[in-house]
Amino acid sequence: MKKVSVTIKNKEGLHARPASIFVNTASTFKSKINIIKNGDESKEYAAKSILSLMKMAAAEGDVITIIADGEDEDMVISKLQSLIEGEL
Amino acid sequence: MFKGIAASSGVSICKALVLKEVKYNIEKKNIEDVPKEIDSLHAALKLSREQLSNVKKITENKMGKDNAEIFEAHLLMLDDPELIGEIEGKIKNESLNAEFAVKSTVETFVSIFEQMDNEYMRERAADIRDIGKRLLNNLLGVVYRSISDLEDKCIIVTKDLTPSDTAQMDHEKVLGIVTDIGGSTSHSAIMARSLEIPAVVGLGNISEVVKEGDLLIIDGDEGLVIINPDIETLQRYKNKHEKNEQAKQELKKLMDTESITIDGRKVELAGNIGTPDNVLGVLKNGGEGIGLFRTEFLYMNKENFPSEEEQFNAYKAVLEGMRGKPVVIRTLDIGGDKKLSYLSIDEEMNPFLGYRAIRLCLDRKDIFKTQLRALLRASVYGNLKIMFPMISGLEELREAKAITWEVKQELIKEKIEVSEDIELGIMIEIPSAAVISDILAKEVDFFSIGTNDLIQYTVAVDRMNQKISYLYDPFNPAVLRLIKNVIDNAHKEGKWVGMCGEMAGDTRLTPVLLGFGLDEFSMSPSSILKVRKCITNFEYAKAKEVSDHILKLGTAREIENYIKENIL
Repeated sequence: MKKVSVTIKNKEGLHARPASIFVNTASTFKSKINIIKNGDESKEYAAKSILSLMKMAAAEGDVITIIADGEDEDMVISKLQSLIEGEL
Repeated sequence: MFKGIAASSGVSICKALVLKEVKYNIEKKNIEDVPKEIDSLHAALKLSREQLSNVKKITENKMGKDNAEIFEAHLLMLDDPELIGEIEGKIKNESLNAEFAVKSTVETFVSIFEQMDNEYMRERAADIRDIGKRLLNNLLGVVYRSISDLEDKCIIVTKDLTPSDTAQMDHEKVLGIVTDIGGSTSHSAIMARSLEIPAVVGLGNISEVVKEGDLLIIDGDEGLVIINPDIETLQRYKNKHEKNEQAKQELKKLMDTESITIDGRKVELAGNIGTPDNVLGVLKNGGEGIGLFRTEFLYMNKENFPSEEEQFNAYKAVLEGMRGKPVVIRTLDIGGDKKLSYLSIDEEMNPFLGYRAIRLCLDRKDIFKTQLRALLRASVYGNLKIMFPMISGLEELREAKAITWEVKQELIKEKIEVSEDIELGIMIEIPSAAVISDILAKEVDFFSIGTNDLIQYTVAVDRMNQKISYLYDPFNPAVLRLIKNVIDNAHKEGKWVGMCGEMAGDTRLTPVLLGFGLDEFSMSPSSILKVRKCITNFEYAKAKEVSDHILKLGTAREIENYIKENIL
């Protein structure tokens, strides 16, 4: 299992269009991918679900932790991290 | 006779097709054959995906990519592992029938989104409901009465038309739209206008009153619906319809002609737009450019400021869409009555005289610079002109220009290409700017006269105030003198002048503005051909005579009457 924490820099947050890009990218991997927001481990959101990501409602400045578990977890982490850091 | 909201103009006379909502009666059942239930769920999902991909394709072809984007989101939701996982879970773990599992899961998601505290998310609840309905229809084998493949021409009567209904409609056969609910800005009203189908909405319970096959007259200009009219009424509307059609055909002939008077004075007729989608409407109406692109839409109904990239894409789309024709983009005009949820502005006594437009942008340079970067980057894709709103004096103009220059230098340093031919201009909408327009003209490439605010500020009249709205009058002699002055001052410096307020599309004033020497008229796209007809039938010499004369008249009514008597 691999983890990485990144800060949302996009002013729109992780809504709508950015969320669909994120979901489409996450769905290309085999790993199970979950996300927690601002360190709140009581709620996990599925990275491959548009509804789940929209429910999370991450805004600019929120820190999200991407948790990937599976054979391609290294790829997942680097790809999704650079997506968010590239201000998606 | 029913009176509703006029949502899309024109007259239609045709038989009614009443679309009734399918009422479901879904019972909770316990099932034994789980795999069979799962299979039928997946078959329904597959069918729904196919239908939606089709709707998306049709919409893209007919109405452009922006209108189709909503269906991409619907498709993603149909693929959503959480949604499907929960439905499957209910079938597998609780042995529930697929219909009930779908219905209850969709309802849960709808209520989650309905309770969110931001408007955008709440609107998504309607999207989830829409896909839920489609899924249930397919699961139950209900053939949703399709309006994509109609045998006869008809007027559609229904409670409400969803975006996917409107998109799938057979546009050749549907001559009109009548709905119980909705307003003039509802999604289906907007689509009806872009398809030029007459529509009346917000009629209460008309879908229960009208019976299939009733003869309907709908008047999309007045917002009227008449059921089974008498012969006299029918004839009256047939005449009106015919007249409309003839006038339309006449105007269509002017699509590709130049806007030039009998004696050879040529002007430019352009369109005002609010979104990149509107470009199509300008071109379809023979627009020779965009005289005003209001950029506010990029900022409204959002959670936060639009990114540079998002703005760049919108500006690029408009510039490319206009294929080298001039495009005037106005920088952000927010404040006053236009507020953003994510930008708090202190309560003001007089918001229209307050912190707005260029005043806000010069204070919040971060916002301004992001927009300018996006504009300058997009400049290489067409013929861009940048316009600053609410300029009241020379200091503001110089500062706005300096910031633009600074942003340009930054881009050049980053090796990003910027066009060398971007014109910079200002809106003339504050009297102080009009008064010193001789000085301002030396430091701009163009003026565009914003008459809505110019009248309001010159006459000190709040046009929203019913009691004094009679003072808001485009024939006001002081306003007309100011306009003449601004045009003369610009021409002395060899600069061109446009107009982007409502006056520019008002054919009662076209000869006067023409006579004043206005170079560009920018208006709502649907007015362009009417104004062109007026110009091509007129002499510039005569227009000058009329406009010189009215400058000597003292009241708005004298001016209006003189124009009527000497022109029409």
